[in-house]
Amino acid sequence: MKRRDFLKSVSGLAAGAALPAMPSVISSAKADARSETLLIVSEGGPNNLDIHGVGTNVPGYEVSWNCYDRLISHEMKSGPGGVPYYDRDKFKGELAEDFRIDDMSVTFKLKKNAKFHDGTPVTAKDVKWSLDRAVSVGGFPTFQMSAGSLTKPEQFVVVDDYTVRVDFLKKDKLTIPDLAVIVPCIVNSELVKKNASEKDPWGLEFTKQQTAGSGAYKVTKWTAGTEVIMERNEDWVGGPLPKIKRVIWRMVPQAGNRRALLERGDADISYELPFKDFQEMKANGKLNVVSLPFSNGIQYIGMNVTKPPFDNPKVRQAIAYALPYQKIMDAVLFGLGNPMFGAPKDKATEVAWPQPHKYNTDIEKAKALLSEAGYANGFETTISFDLNFAGVNEPLCVLVQESLAQIGIKTTINKVPGANWRTELNKKEMPLFTNVFSGWLDYPEYFFYWCYHGNNSVFNTMSYKSAEMDKLIDGARTAAASGDKAAYDADVKGFVNLAFTDIPRIPLYQPFVNVAMQKNISGYQYWFHRRLDYRAMAKG
Amino acid sequence: MLTMIGKRLMFAIPSLIGVVIVTFLLTRALPGDPAAYFAGPAATKEAVEQIRKKLGLDRPLIEQFFRYTNDLAHGDFGNSLTTGQPVAAEIRNRLPASAELTLLGLFVSIVIAIPLGVLAATRPGSWIDHLCRVTTTAGVSLPVFFTGLVLVYVFYFRLGWSPAPLGRLDVFYSAPPTVTGFYLIDTLIARDAEAFRSALSQLILPATTLAVFSLAPIARMTRASMLAVLASEFVRTARASGLSPSTVIVTYAFRNAMLPVITTLSMVFSFLLGANVLVEKVFAWPGIGSYAVEALISSDFAPVQGFVLTMAVMYVLLNLVIDILYGVIDPRVRLEG
Repeated sequence: MKRRDFLKSVSGLAAGAALPAMPSVISSAKADARSETLLIVSEGGPNNLDIHGVGTNVPGYEVSWNCYDRLISHEMKSGPGGVPYYDRDKFKGELAEDFRIDDMSVTFKLKKNAKFHDGTPVTAKDVKWSLDRAVSVGGFPTFQMSAGSLTKPEQFVVVDDYTVRVDFLKKDKLTIPDLAVIVPCIVNSELVKKNASEKDPWGLEFTKQQTAGSGAYKVTKWTAGTEVIMERNEDWVGGPLPKIKRVIWRMVPQAGNRRALLERGDADISYELPFKDFQEMKANGKLNVVSLPFSNGIQYIGMNVTKPPFDNPKVRQAIAYALPYQKIMDAVLFGLGNPMFGAPKDKATEVAWPQPHKYNTDIEKAKALLSEAGYANGFETTISFDLNFAGVNEPLCVLVQESLAQIGIKTTINKVPGANWRTELNKKEMPLFTNVFSGWLDYPEYFFYWCYHGNNSVFNTMSYKSAEMDKLIDGARTAAASGDKAAYDADVKGFVNLAFTDIPRIPLYQPFVNVAMQKNISGYQYWFHRRLDYRAMAKG
Repeated sequence: MLTMIGKRLMFAIPSLIGVVIVTFLLTRALPGDPAAYFAGPAATKEAVEQIRKKLGLDRPLIEQFFRYTNDLAHGDFGNSLTTGQPVAAEIRNRLPASAELTLLGLFVSIVIAIPLGVLAATRPGSWIDHLCRVTTTAGVSLPVFFTGLVLVYVFYFRLGWSPAPLGRLDVFYSAPPTVTGFYLIDTLIARDAEAFRSALSQLILPATTLAVFSLAPIARMTRASMLAVLASEFVRTARASGLSPSTVIVTYAFRNAMLPVITTLSMVFSFLLGANVLVEKVFAWPGIGSYAVEALISSDFAPVQGFVLTMAVMYVLLNLVIDILYGVIDPRVRLEG
């Protein structure tokens, strides 16, 4: 730029700034844009726009959920506090107009007017390609598909252009629900294939950067770590046209600033705030704060049962009597959680999960049990937690440490950096730890299969193995598939009871997902994935 | 001059090689397994292994190193796993944001600190000297994130004078076409007065935060160096010759007092780049500091290596510029020596 040009532009700018009308015109246009735009602030953003990608993080699931369609989705029902809550047992078509479940297969008829964002129609071959992709790419998506016994490309059959059949490998009650989770999303196969390469046959590099679906929104701009901008897809047929035209999702790392943005009315929605903030915002009533329990989720204290002293059930029961349950509810969660302890003595076990156990804080009983186990003088151990969730974990562990000291157990607190936590869990060497687990599919046997079964998945963090437990869990799965309700109920009650008497992990509470939003925002829905569904939301 | 610059750059090569080796080894020595981290919450052992293979982390360390240096030689810094983008592109996009903020912070700091230091030196023991002492001590004692949060609380949350701390521009403005990457300049080139105003108002609080933090070393160094120069013989001679006090202070004393101040400036600039990390977090600033920290937290090797390497290159260049400045300010400094 030459000096003269520069001077010109500066004087032009001065003239522009001198026009008083201009800024106000722009501001009113801004106000219009505002009323149709949803501004979300959160701590972290997506690292990949495609849930099939390598290591896609949880915020990435939110993009996938809103920008891609699945064959089927869940109906809504009224949840706690009247908030719409997904209905675990009722399904509706999203891309499918109609579906029929037979003995060993399910057949989907596709909506004929469904189009991808680039205008190509959604056909059966796209569905097959997408499901093939989900079971073939490896990593998390393939794993999630296998949870519903969907493992082989041969299971997905194109009947005609608008009809797809999914064959069952075996009877599994989780197959249909697993087709309604985020992973089996339908991808624009022609577009992605065009951008795939020999090294990357499924085009993961392409879909990482842009959305290639038929969903209600499409990503128009994504600056990793800074913002995601999504625009409404005017031709969406998966449901009624959403009211929000544009979604701007900004990453604001400071929790204090997110709260300030909400309270000043600049941001519309935020989650991931400290419990204390949610509690205060709830109390002062300027914002709408929704708190709902994680479906099928529990924060717990786990013990490694393969090594002394926790290989002794008496020691584990002693710990269960020594935990400061109520203090944790009050001082750590500010009441934002469902207690999972202290059920009345005579209460019968229900066919449900999660449900509270019967332990309560009782130091005398704990001491007695500990001396019975031969540890009258206590012992020393370490309690570990994941620093990524230090806001909850740290005070929780301090309270536990304090409480265990009363029965003579000296604990050192071990803070594990988030990047390292998964590795540590996999090693299965931590003697005592706190963690949270929550399953997308809301079935007791699903939770127990991952957390208590002797096949020792990464979530069986206690390395708990019991032939009786395995028999009950497998029994419940078989009974669920064959629809034998009596056997199913007996098995579920059986494994819940066993989990409570053997107590390898001590449930503390069912965490809440908290979302704070402006009063003029409506249409929040709770989903199993706990992320936002923009499609039902409205402003004003 | 040119041979000198060439020579200095040659000297920088061994240190850069050292930086490459050390960062590579350090990131590998970090606790945590990136494969397990990126395999997601529900991964089996096989899934973790699949990811490890995809990321090339199953190869021997030495092979990984050669691949890495080979990529570097081709200008490829690798891919970030947390943001999913090529590191080189990310750094290129984010560096201007950090640089704009740091430079503006440094500029504000210089504009306040140098006059303050000069005034304090000319009137030692006066109220202005005490003011200088108190402000600088307070500024350096307050951690940057704290100053940042207080500023946000007062000027945004309480008073509402400042825009929402949401990064470089108001949410409803679009970024100007990139020319320099500095929004203040790019908006002017695009002749977008509103966006310029928005970019400037977004910059004020974070730049002030950085300035408050860096006042102390600059003001104190200016004061000390001025005091020493003012007590020297040539200043006494100048005064005795009846030159006006302003000529004595500005032309004679100040120029001579500048050398140590320039040295301090280069140091201040480098630690401002570090302090940036926290300021960027507070103001949701899309700079390289917050990028590097996030990468570090998730054991994401490539961005950390890229960040350290970029920083190393910047330090080398910075030192070079400072050395050249010495020669300009003080002809006695012989650069070839």
